[in-house]
Amino acid sequence: MEKILLLDIPNYHRIDVYREHGGYETVKKAYSMSPDEVIDEVKKSGLRGRGGASFLTGLKWSFMPKTSDKPKYLCINGDESEPGSFKDRQIFEFNPHALIEGALIACYAIQAKAAYIYVRGEYHNWIEMLQKALDDAYSMGLVGEKMKETFQTPYECNIYIHKGAGAYICGEESSLMNSIEGKRPYPRVKPPFPAQNGLWGCPTTINNVETISNIPAIIKNGWQWFSRIGEPRHPGTLLFGVSGHVMKPGVYELPSGVLLTDLIYNYAGGVPGGKKIKCVIPGGSSMPPLRGDQIEGVKMDAESLKAAGSAIGTGGVIVMDEDTDLVRVLARITKFYYHESCGQCTPCREGTGWMLKALNRIARGQGTTSDLELLIDVAKNIEGNTVCALGDAAAWPVKFMITRFRDEFEKAVKKEVVMPVASMVHSMRHTALPLAELKKN
Amino acid sequence: MAKMAKIIIDGKTYEVDSSKNLLETILSLKLNLQYFCWHPAMGSVGACRQCAVKKYRDENDKAGKLFMACMEPVVDGMRVSIEDPEAKEFRAGVIEWLMTNHPHDCPVCDEGGECHLQDMTLMSGHNYRRFRYKKRTYRNQYLGPFLHHEMNRCIQCYRCVRFYRDYAGGDDLNVFGVHSSVYFGRHEDGVLENEFAGNLVEVCPTGVFTDNTLFQHYTRKWDLTSAPSVCVHCGVGCNTLAGERYGKLRRILTRYNGQVNGYFLCDRGRFGYEFVNSEKRIRKPMLRLSGENRLSEADEETAITEISAIIKSSRKVMGIGSPRASLEANFTLRSLVSERNFYWGVPEQEFSLLTKEMNILRQGSIRTPSLREIEKCDVVVILGEDLTNTAPMIALAVRQSVRQVPVQSATPYKIPHWQDAAVRELVQDEKGPVFVATPYATKLDSVARTFRGSADEIARLGYAIAGAISSDAPKADNLNEEVCVLSESISKALNKAERPLIIAGQSLKSEAIVNAAANIAYAMRKAGKNVELCYTVPECNSMGMVMMGGKALDQAFHAVEKEAMDTLIIMENDLFRRDEKQAVDRFLKRFKNIIVLDYIENATTERATAIIPVGSFAESDGTFVNNEGRAQRFYQVFVPNKEIKESWRWVRNIMVTSGMKEFSRWKNLLDYTQALIKEMPYFTGIDTITPPPGFRIAGRKIPREPYRYSGRTAMHADKTVHEPKPPEDVDSPMSFTMEGYRGQPPSSLIPFFWSPGWNSAQAINKYQIEVGGPLHGGDPGKRLIEPLPNAKPSYFTDVPKAFAPREGEWMLVPVYHIFGSDELSVHSPGVRELVPKPYIMLSPDDAARLQVTSDSELELGIGGQVERLPVKINLGLRPGLAGYPVTLPGMSVVRFPVSVKISGVKK
Repeated sequence: MEKILLLDIPNYHRIDVYREHGGYETVKKAYSMSPDEVIDEVKKSGLRGRGGASFLTGLKWSFMPKTSDKPKYLCINGDESEPGSFKDRQIFEFNPHALIEGALIACYAIQAKAAYIYVRGEYHNWIEMLQKALDDAYSMGLVGEKMKETFQTPYECNIYIHKGAGAYICGEESSLMNSIEGKRPYPRVKPPFPAQNGLWGCPTTINNVETISNIPAIIKNGWQWFSRIGEPRHPGTLLFGVSGHVMKPGVYELPSGVLLTDLIYNYAGGVPGGKKIKCVIPGGSSMPPLRGDQIEGVKMDAESLKAAGSAIGTGGVIVMDEDTDLVRVLARITKFYYHESCGQCTPCREGTGWMLKALNRIARGQGTTSDLELLIDVAKNIEGNTVCALGDAAAWPVKFMITRFRDEFEKAVKKEVVMPVASMVHSMRHTALPLAELKKN
Repeated sequence: MAKMAKIIIDGKTYEVDSSKNLLETILSLKLNLQYFCWHPAMGSVGACRQCAVKKYRDENDKAGKLFMACMEPVVDGMRVSIEDPEAKEFRAGVIEWLMTNHPHDCPVCDEGGECHLQDMTLMSGHNYRRFRYKKRTYRNQYLGPFLHHEMNRCIQCYRCVRFYRDYAGGDDLNVFGVHSSVYFGRHEDGVLENEFAGNLVEVCPTGVFTDNTLFQHYTRKWDLTSAPSVCVHCGVGCNTLAGERYGKLRRILTRYNGQVNGYFLCDRGRFGYEFVNSEKRIRKPMLRLSGENRLSEADEETAITEISAIIKSSRKVMGIGSPRASLEANFTLRSLVSERNFYWGVPEQEFSLLTKEMNILRQGSIRTPSLREIEKCDVVVILGEDLTNTAPMIALAVRQSVRQVPVQSATPYKIPHWQDAAVRELVQDEKGPVFVATPYATKLDSVARTFRGSADEIARLGYAIAGAISSDAPKADNLNEEVCVLSESISKALNKAERPLIIAGQSLKSEAIVNAAANIAYAMRKAGKNVELCYTVPECNSMGMVMMGGKALDQAFHAVEKEAMDTLIIMENDLFRRDEKQAVDRFLKRFKNIIVLDYIENATTERATAIIPVGSFAESDGTFVNNEGRAQRFYQVFVPNKEIKESWRWVRNIMVTSGMKEFSRWKNLLDYTQALIKEMPYFTGIDTITPPPGFRIAGRKIPREPYRYSGRTAMHADKTVHEPKPPEDVDSPMSFTMEGYRGQPPSSLIPFFWSPGWNSAQAINKYQIEVGGPLHGGDPGKRLIEPLPNAKPSYFTDVPKAFAPREGEWMLVPVYHIFGSDELSVHSPGVRELVPKPYIMLSPDDAARLQVTSDSELELGIGGQVERLPVKINLGLRPGLAGYPVTLPGMSVVRFPVSVKISGVKK
């Protein structure tokens, strides 16, 4: 089985071991090409972003202006704060130099002055590991001003590690840039896109850690090699973080397009106690959950999951067995998105809190069927109407969990308690709506 | 010329300006669409998601997609729908979300009845509450005497922080916390530091920040009798709306004027009004009856008879006018005493400096910009003015001008300039060139390159700049390196500028500064460059005063030395604020009768033998001329009691009674104004800046009260159950009642902004030709000063010598305070709280030399007297200079320039 990132080489995180195995040689190859050739190579490889949106990486790079009177930047998103997602830290721990080498190539391709690796604040240990790797690379003259000599090139760039402070929103690309700038991490309205108006108002490309770590292998082995791995429309290997009710939770590097059932039963060892699967969230907690009867034959790549009614997200597969109380699961997931809502735009700021309150009440056994309609209604109003995609992230679990597990939620709520009409009339006294209109509503 | 685009809104085609966003366009078309976070002066950020509309790709697209109108550029052929059911439902949904936590405390909320949130809620149609949980609550903060904080009402639109930080340059208000508990406030309780914080009252779409001075004597908007007014607290002439009930002035709001103050006011202008309600108000005539030594109250008729008798029996009557009184008031007094015996109650130094400023503008070829035009300037050079304290709204305009250059960088990126968040991101900290040369550190320093020095050194810098621009301009010699380098870079910036501006004034009492500023402008003009010149003036009618011309106080002092006079009439002027106490004392002792017309007790009224209660701006009509030479009419808001009349009406009545029968022709203000124009033709046109008193729309007057005004039949019930006849206004086409024309009045007669469905200040949108543009019928006021294009003024040559500190002596420089230096606003309790205590400002070096620290006391030898003052250290002040706060309560009046001896106080 082909692996690109998590290789079975002992001490591969050490720079000496990495270099013994040809590490940092690809930089030389990349630097002998023109930046456009590098972009072209990545474009042809079909590499898609691993941060959730599965956007074509080469295409994104090509959006960067060729000429600019401002410096250009690369941001590498290692905020990894989506519940159920824990793949990037494997790279920090076991293959940090692929990331650094990838960053050097990516920076060259877009002619960036510097790369910022944004790592989530809770990853204390992994930040240290990554910092050690970066320090080693600097001391060996692979990054920074000495790289000119090392790689015999006029090009030079720096790499910095920026530590997050524990906000989920910082994983949103524009919030991440605001955070690096020292501002409150509010997402920005797009357009303008980062390639125009990114970090410090300069042209910026932002990629996921896993995406960048794939770059050296693509340049080294050529786009044809990469594009043949896994599912052609979403080629390469993916790091799947499997958690929940499985025998062997962990991160598995597998070619894209692997069967979800294969991943759960063969690689992750199946469900403890041989229980049935009630629900699987295939891409991190914000992605639409699938019922146990929907996972058969579903392949793990962006297009296939879309067809199956979910999304690949960050490849964080959360498995829940038949005994799981999905009301409580949803309440817990919603609590997370409520807590992490940045507070900038109304739908997410107000909607998440409301959904949480309703779900908590249902979980306490005090909900009514109208609560379910309300939840779906609120979620639908949030979806697509917020400044950033995290509004969708908060809305999808609610919307899909309730619609796909309707019977379970219906069981959890009491029969509808009809509000006495008198009190409704009372509350409407000052409105111009006739009663008939009101009843219709 | 704006690029036009055809767009289709709900099936109707409109031709609109394509440089605007869709929301602005919709509002300019007078269509209704709900919004919160967008503000016409602050652009779009897309945070509240309230202004969602459906946008369709083309005519075949029936589904469409929701977009935020404030973030959508207008594109030719665009198809949108406001009325689409999905869009309407979403907008109602946003209101529903906001209402989940909003406390619905409208009955006890000061914003109630003029609340944008109320209006938008009604407009959205949301009315049924589905949220059945507890609301989040906050702890409120003490924010100082002006603003009341009630965070529970917050709908998190972020307008407050955007105004406070991005627009007004404040940094002690911010957003804290996350998700649905974001908090807008200070890091701890305390007085908001920014001088424009009061605008939050109008910027906040609901009742989070409300007017605390209004709260002290609260009245709903619909219960106010309001009139268009002009601010009297500095010379900028911001337009205001003043509202009254039960004989008390209740509050001041911004009266939008697209050419002057736009949507904002400074806190002195907004909160200084309470002097009108002061305990120290003079409400009855006071006369010294024969045989008595003290003054006693008299009625109107007695006062007129007595004073007319005094005037008739006097051999000579001298009149002292005032720059805080209207043109008409001064003109009437001048008519009474004759031109020969009329003097302005300001020192010669100030009068001649202001005259000089006016002459430079009126006889030269340099244009002076309006406040709005200052915002559009791309390079600003400020000589000698601490604008935040001498002309606060000019400082706010300069703060906007620093964005002019950097914002241009958004154009190549195709980022529309109204897209505020993106533009600020692109621009980062980059600022357009502003240069501030003042003796001490000022608040504008944060956006400027600064120069510190004495008045002479500032003037020398000005001359150096002029010399660097044009080789024939007189140059300052022996320049030090700092001035050389700075003048070089300023002249470079000016040469590159498209719309450069020089700002100066008479604050430092330096003629050389006024001249140097003119020289820069002349040099620019010689070099064929565009340039504008703005002079600040200290008082609301200072410019009107020097346009009328005449003699100053010093000449009055000389006149009485030469020639015996027995009666003095002082109008709206406290002479003890104008000159040294001994000089004023000696002057007043020369007169047998001192008749003072004023509204507040002061040191001069204490010396009066007769006091006439006259109307403040709120009880008078009149015309002021602001620093740009714009004549603006202000209107009486209410009639307090029959003895309080306009100065001009009192003086005219006295004239008529004392035998000058020809003045009985003057019946209403227009007669006075026209008589003034006849004698002083350069005021031509000021009688037409507003419709004449006989103006009617459909036979009706413009009502000062809205149709919801309540209590009219009951409010006098303690005195009489019969509804008294409302006072008549012969001076304007406005009535003191709720009856009258209900549509939009002419722009100069707008007593309140109110439109169906738009009860808050946001109704301004409906009064403008296009959002943010001029009012329907044009912005009111008339510029009396326009440049003469062919004038070829010659350079000034009075280059001063470099300042050399002398051992043991300090040169005093005047220091100004937004709260404290103004005569009237200090009588407002809120302002009074913020007035600094007397102090002397020293440089850190001098403080170290004198071995003093902040707040330790010093002795100041000044004019043979010794004052004890605590020290404040200012990092910008040069050694050898000492800052002396002028006209601050508790400080003496000194004549600048003056050198003093300072010594430490032995404990």
